[in-house]
Amino acid sequence: MKILNCPLNGPRNISEFTYGGEYHAMPDAAKSSRSDWAEYIFFHRNPAGPVIEWWCHTASAYWFLAERDTRNNEILRTMPVAEYLSEQQA
Amino acid sequence: MTPRTTELKKHYDVVIIGAGGHGCATAYYLAKYHGVRNIAVLDKSYLGAGNTGRNTAVIRSNYLTEEGVRFYRESVRLFQDLSNEFGMNIMYENRGQLTLAHSDAAVRSFRWRAEVNQHLGVRSELVDVTTIRELVPHLRVEEDCRYPILAGLWHADGATARHDTVAWGYAKGACDRGVEIHQLTEVQGIEIANGGVSAVRTNRGRIHCGAIVQAVAGASSVVANMAGISLPIQSYPLQAMVTQPYKPLLDPHVSSPHLHVYVHQTSRGEFVIGGGSDPYPRYQTQATLEQKEALAAAALELFPFLAQAKVMRQWAGTTDMTPDYSPVMGLSPVKNYYLDAGWGTWGFKATPISGKMMAELVATQRVPDLIAPFDLARFQRFTQVNEAGATAASH
Ligand SMILES: Cc1cc2nc3c(=O)[nH]c(=O)nc-3n(C[C@H](O)[C@H](O)[C@H](O)COP(=O)(O)OP(=O)(O)OC[C@H]3O[C@@H](n4cnc5c(N)ncnc54)[C@H](O)[C@@H]3O)c2cc1C
Repeated sequence: MKILNCPLNGPRNISEFTYGGEYHAMPDAAKSSRSDWAEYIFFHRNPAGPVIEWWCHTASAYWFLAERDTRNNEILRTMPVAEYLSEQQA
Repeated sequence: MTPRTTELKKHYDVVIIGAGGHGCATAYYLAKYHGVRNIAVLDKSYLGAGNTGRNTAVIRSNYLTEEGVRFYRESVRLFQDLSNEFGMNIMYENRGQLTLAHSDAAVRSFRWRAEVNQHLGVRSELVDVTTIRELVPHLRVEEDCRYPILAGLWHADGATARHDTVAWGYAKGACDRGVEIHQLTEVQGIEIANGGVSAVRTNRGRIHCGAIVQAVAGASSVVANMAGISLPIQSYPLQAMVTQPYKPLLDPHVSSPHLHVYVHQTSRGEFVIGGGSDPYPRYQTQATLEQKEALAAAALELFPFLAQAKVMRQWAGTTDMTPDYSPVMGLSPVKNYYLDAGWGTWGFKATPISGKMMAELVATQRVPDLIAPFDLARFQRFTQVNEAGATAASH
């Protein structure tokens, strides 16, 4: 069993969660082109290494972010979205 | 088939990254039809170590879009003659494929697929439960189960083949024509000059080249990134398993997208069981207990007698999944750098035609019509080729 530490519900079996894709910063709708949107929607870094991604605790519909290493499936940290965004701004 | 180990030359006209079926087929057709022979196929591991040696060898052309059906139809045709072409038995077996509908929505989509398929000359038809019983007498079609079977999509052209032999046949044919295959040669960097590729850096040194084709399946994003190219791909493990051999009793390939499982029996007697991808991306090829349980549970819904069968092997490959379940092949933003990627869970059947089309592209520098719809730029144009319904869990 693999455990994911949900910021809201604490450590839970990863089967209780839904993977929501790589985190990408959303382009500014007022300034971006069609091609920026295509980039945002379809393209991924898909690295062999650490990546920030969306996860949802399915039963409580709680979305948060996790940093995970795709080479060994180690979960490096999990955090509420707000925490990550304020970190990015700092 | 073990390629000879030789020194790397300083320059090749074409470097192909990845000695899977796709890379070897591209080299073969370049040498055979286009007189391009100064080619190195590089693999960080061994010939066919990637998904070519890990797939469940389903060959079919009953896709949903016209672009898809046309393309896979040509591949099936090439497959039919491959043993003769190689002088090597690829064990091509035309056993047919039956896909099961357990919902009205699936029946509707099967009708649609059958129409598109027939229009393009592919044998594909909607069949009722009586016909299903005749085609697969051991399939459980009782109505008192969780997901009763309502109808099927019967694809008489469906087939299977020995996957390794496909890589070996292309590799041998390419080497006979002067191509070099270098195993244990990992591409670690790609050098770009004046908007085009000029060299690759490997663990065995630097090689100059006139063009590069990347055919690395599960490593598509990682290798493209070396050329500064970003792809619409995420890499998920796909698992499969096989039982010990039993007496022959299942002739066609049977697939249930709804139950996320498909089963066929090899001519050696093993039951090959495959299904959906892992729930999230990983660059790892470990098999998991969860997936074994899921595959077994679904297979037992269809074939309860398999409860007695012993699983012999379980494995995984890394599959490069695109948003529309079609490949990404053709030109890239870098001149002389060609993409053969995004083969996800469905690229084995495309091996011959992909090799042929990539070879034509590299040699003539014109995009063949057959693969034009699959170019990377379709995502910028919002003209995806949506095969999601016809691909997921059917391979
Ligand atoms: C379990 C499973 C079941 C499948 N079932 C089916 C099926 O039934 N039908 C179907 O049509 N498809 C199926 N597929 C998909 C199919 O296997 C693949 O799409 C196809 O084999 C890809 O072939 P390829 O030659 O492009 O890649 P591969 O065979 O994966 O070859 C790529 C090669 O690139 C090499 N490589 C990677 N990085 C580097 C580097 N940096 N430098 C040098 N070499 C590198 C690798 O070592 C590898 O040998 C399945 C896949 C899996 C995993």
